[in-house]
Amino acid sequence: MKKRRRVSGKFYFGLTLILSMAFLGIFASAISSYSPTAMDLASRYEAPSMSHLFGLDQNGTDVFAQVAYGARISLRVAFTVVFISALIGLFVGSLAGYVGGWVDQITMRFLDMFYAFPGFLLALSLVAVLGPSISNLIFAMCVTGWTGYARLVRGEILHLKQREYVVGAQALGANPIRLIVRHIWPNLLGILVVQMTFGMSGTIITESGLSFLGLGAPPTVPTWGSLLNSGRRILTEAPHVSLFPGLAILILVLGFNLVGDSLRDWLNPRKT
Amino acid sequence: MLTYVLRRILLALPVLVGVSALSFSLLHFVPGDPVDIMLGDQASAADKTLLRKELGLDRPFTTQMAGFFTGLVQLDLGKSLGSRRPVAEEIAERIPATFELTFVAMIIALSVGIPLGVLAAVFRGTIVERGAMLFGLIGMSTPGFWLGPMLILFFAIKLDWLPVSERGGFEHAILPALTLSLGLAAILTQVTRASMLEVVREDFINVARAKGAGPTRLWFKHALSNAMMPIITIIGLQFGALLTGTVIVETIFDWPGVGTLLFQSIQQRNYPLVQGCVLFIAFTYVAVNLITDLAYAAANPKVRLS
Repeated sequence: MKKRRRVSGKFYFGLTLILSMAFLGIFASAISSYSPTAMDLASRYEAPSMSHLFGLDQNGTDVFAQVAYGARISLRVAFTVVFISALIGLFVGSLAGYVGGWVDQITMRFLDMFYAFPGFLLALSLVAVLGPSISNLIFAMCVTGWTGYARLVRGEILHLKQREYVVGAQALGANPIRLIVRHIWPNLLGILVVQMTFGMSGTIITESGLSFLGLGAPPTVPTWGSLLNSGRRILTEAPHVSLFPGLAILILVLGFNLVGDSLRDWLNPRKT
Repeated sequence: MLTYVLRRILLALPVLVGVSALSFSLLHFVPGDPVDIMLGDQASAADKTLLRKELGLDRPFTTQMAGFFTGLVQLDLGKSLGSRRPVAEEIAERIPATFELTFVAMIIALSVGIPLGVLAAVFRGTIVERGAMLFGLIGMSTPGFWLGPMLILFFAIKLDWLPVSERGGFEHAILPALTLSLGLAAILTQVTRASMLEVVREDFINVARAKGAGPTRLWFKHALSNAMMPIITIIGLQFGALLTGTVIVETIFDWPGVGTLLFQSIQQRNYPLVQGCVLFIAFTYVAVNLITDLAYAAANPKVRLS
């Protein structure tokens, strides 16, 4: 089998997709000459044209502007959720894996309980009772999101703590916190980043799905999910309202999946 | 085998208790007074007291929890707020529709994902493999709440081949089931391919080939049957995604199942019914995973003996 330790074209393609969406989100106000909330009922349902690239929705609001601002919200929410979840997972997983014993037992039983609960369902029920807002959305997705990272980190730590260099450092009397931070964490960073990349795609889909059901961001905030929600009611009059935000989600999620895939292959070349 | 079955069932019990406790606590996550939110501003004080009493919110937390679990054992999930009917009854009515949808979706996912994954492994390095991998990637990245409306747009509105919504004959189930199945079909394609490629490296494949097994027999009988283990695991795990996917898919297609019931009860702030639906979906998921594990053990002695 041929040995290859460089990232594939797949990686760069995925990265390009992500960066183009990030560009759209960051420079939304500069790229789009229309507001994502301004209404013009006279020209509602208008099909895509040179002046309105993605057409207008049922309120006569520019769809391109909404898609661009939607990119900003989706990316911001997904980054926040993935970062917080991974951080909590890293700490809890490290504690359980390194200390072991009853700490590990209790953590694992707790994680099993979450594992038995489909993530989307738990997030859905939480935002359903908390009410629609961006912070509730982030909270609900963090509550369900951290367990995957904790499980992964714990497993890696159990494996890494038996390595000679860790046992050696322990024998030399290394401070356990220093040992974990300096010697163990750097070795699980790669696998954690892969999981976080896939976490980005999962979070983007969950966030849009909840907004689609009207349970994510409040209706005044232009998100891809809420745009799709209004789009499905006017499929006959204005199919473009559904088409473009969906394509945007597909592109961004595909981007993260491609990058995740190629990073995983790169870390673990034998498996491909 | 019997010890394994018993042990596995015993292990599922604390998980069920945990899942129930999570659903029970949902009502306590409501910011402010849940009774105020459920009944609205116009409700009289007497109505509020009555509902508070019915939901047991006037009692101490531990008593509430004990009451919830006692009810659960007797399949009593409380009363639905609007209709005043037992929650369990309202859910039971919707189960056939949801099972029909998930069943059809599962059949589609299996009959697309597994053959495609096998083909990708057999024709390694060709356009067939690239196509299957592309399908896997795109399928995993396509959200159902976009695919659903797009399928409606093309097959129901533009081409007028299939009905848009509601339950009916088989043709009504096609579009929602397709929407629901894409993600699972995509994952199955990827897992089947990977698992097949792992298996074909084993010696017994070479032995079978040396003994003159033809390609069909070699790939389907010898390789696929040995590659099934990870595939079964993924089916069990992904069943949760399939079940929760019904909330979105049923809503899009006006499908009268547990998913739409959950969605409607969320909108009406009918919390007892929300709890019941959540509990039903979570319990089904635990049960399916239990069955998957048992099937796994039945097929693989290594699992039940360790």
